[in-house]
Order: sequence, then C-alpha cells, then structure tokens
Amino acid sequence: MNSATVRNLLVRGMLAGLTAGVLALIVAYFLGEPNVDGAIGFEEAHAPAHEHEVELVSRGLQSTAGLATGVLVYGVAFGGIAALAYCFALGRVGRLTPRATALLLSGCALLAVYVVPFLKYPANPPSVGEPDTIGKRTTLYFLMMLLSVLLAIAATLLGKRLAPHLGTWYATVVAVAAFALVIGLAYALLPVINEVPQNFPATLLWRFRLSALAIQITLWGGFGLAFGELAERLLAPEPATAPPGTAVAASD
Amino acid sequence: MAQHVAQPTATTPVVPAKLPLTAIAPWAVFFGILMLVLLYFVGAEQGATSVISGADVHEWVHDGRHLLGFPCH
Repeated sequence: MNSATVRNLLVRGMLAGLTAGVLALIVAYFLGEPNVDGAIGFEEAHAPAHEHEVELVSRGLQSTAGLATGVLVYGVAFGGIAALAYCFALGRVGRLTPRATALLLSGCALLAVYVVPFLKYPANPPSVGEPDTIGKRTTLYFLMMLLSVLLAIAATLLGKRLAPHLGTWYATVVAVAAFALVIGLAYALLPVINEVPQNFPATLLWRFRLSALAIQITLWGGFGLAFGELAERLLAPEPATAPPGTAVAASD
Repeated sequence: MAQHVAQPTATTPVVPAKLPLTAIAPWAVFFGILMLVLLYFVGAEQGATSVISGADVHEWVHDGRHLLGFPCH
C-alpha cells in the first residue's frame, strides 16, 4: 500500500515534470533562443575564418528538437527526483496539505538546485567560456549544485530539530540563516570564473542569463502547481462537505 | 441548534500521513540513479567527460545545455 503510494507519486512527479518541461520549453524557445543566436553571431564574427567546423547538427535542429530533448528530459528527471524528495517531506515538514507541501518543496528546489549555484556560476551563452577549462567549470558547477542541495537538506533537518525549542518561526529563521552563512563561505572560498571575451555585449549576456532564470522559474513553478494538484487528488481525504447532520451526530 | 456545531473538519488542516522510509528507499535508490543518469546525458556527456565517443550528444542538446545553465564548451 505504502510502496504503491510512492510509485504513484513518482509517476505523477515525472508527468508533472514533463508538463512543466513543456512550459519551460516555450519560454526557452521564445525568450532564450534569440540570445543564443545573438551569441553565436558574435562568435562567428570574431572567430578566424578557418576555424569554422563542420556542423554535426544544424542550428535549425539544435534550436527546436535538440532544445526540446534537453528541456523535457531535464523536466522529467527533476520531476522524478522531486517526487522522491516529496515522499520524504510529506507529513514531516509541518502542518501542510499535500498541495502546499508540493509548492514549498518546489520553491526550495528552485533555490537549491538552480538559483544558489547560478549566483556563483551563472549560465553562459555560446562563446563565453574557454574550451580548455570545461572540465574545471563542469566540476565546480556540479559541486556547487550538490553542496547547495545537501546544505538545504541539512538546514531542513536543523529546523526540524530546533522547532520544538524555538517554535516553527524562529527555527526556520535560524535554519535559513545557517544555510546562507555556509553558502556565503562556499561562494567566498570556491574559485572565481570569469571567461567573458572582450567586447562581448553586456546586454546580451544579461538577457541570456535572465532568460535562463526565467526558464527555471517556469519549470519549478509549473512543476509545483501541477504536481501539487496531482498529489492532492491522490492523497487528500474525501472533502469534508458531508451534508449537515450526517458527519457529526447531534449531541442532544 | 446542534447542526451549527457540525463543521469542525473545515478549519483544522489534516496533516498527511508519513510514508515509511523503508517504503521509499528502494524507489529512491533505483529511480534516483536513473534520473541522475538522464541529467548527466543532458548536462555533461561529451563535454567534460565522455561515455560515448564523438560529439553528437553534445551537439544535439547544445542549446538546452546552455539555456539550462550547464557549462557547455
């Protein structure tokens, strides 16, 4: 029975992730792609003529089917992971309904999985970043993501520990402050990466990064709403709207 | 009269039942790893490391990788 509930939530999480992925794809195509094209235009204008490589995948495919593959698989994968995290969180994070738990989890995931790593190592358009440092940049990015997620889990456990002593409000404040402090230390200690080429348009970089952020807000916002709805229908007890007089027996 | 008292459930939120950790663990391990493998192929394959030779995977998910915030090349 409980195992079946986990399975049902996992399937719903992946479906909600796919739905959210479709919404994010719309944002990526209309807000993101013009900036990718702009950056590729800069790259081609500044690369020596002989450096043009043979295209394995055409730009037309990259910006449509390729983009869709990336965003939808990302949505399904994070939807599944978030649904599993939800199974742990359900009933363990205070007096929240299934729907509210889903939205809270989704907001925390947006911050921990994306926004916190993004503030240290933001998304870069084509032509920003030295090809030789891809190994280092990838390692640091995934390290930052892992650290942020683990610290968010640790902060949640800390808040739960403190809640009986400090009350929910102050326990949450202390947990968030502890998270911010350790993340601040990580920001200060991890190496800085700045590989923006000279004369790369600042507005283009800014717009690219804003569109990358908009994709994630759409993805996680959409996921929270869709998954919350599905989880609520699966888990919520029958609505307490029995006709008056039948639910509670008249006490004389 | 007595009917006026008959709405106690509407105001008290029902805390959902906890799922036992032993029921979650097998799903979390198996599907957690599967989902991470999917993320690896979208986010890092044929970039920093390569399981499959060539650059087709990299080129196919190229735009997604940039716009989803992964270091691409």
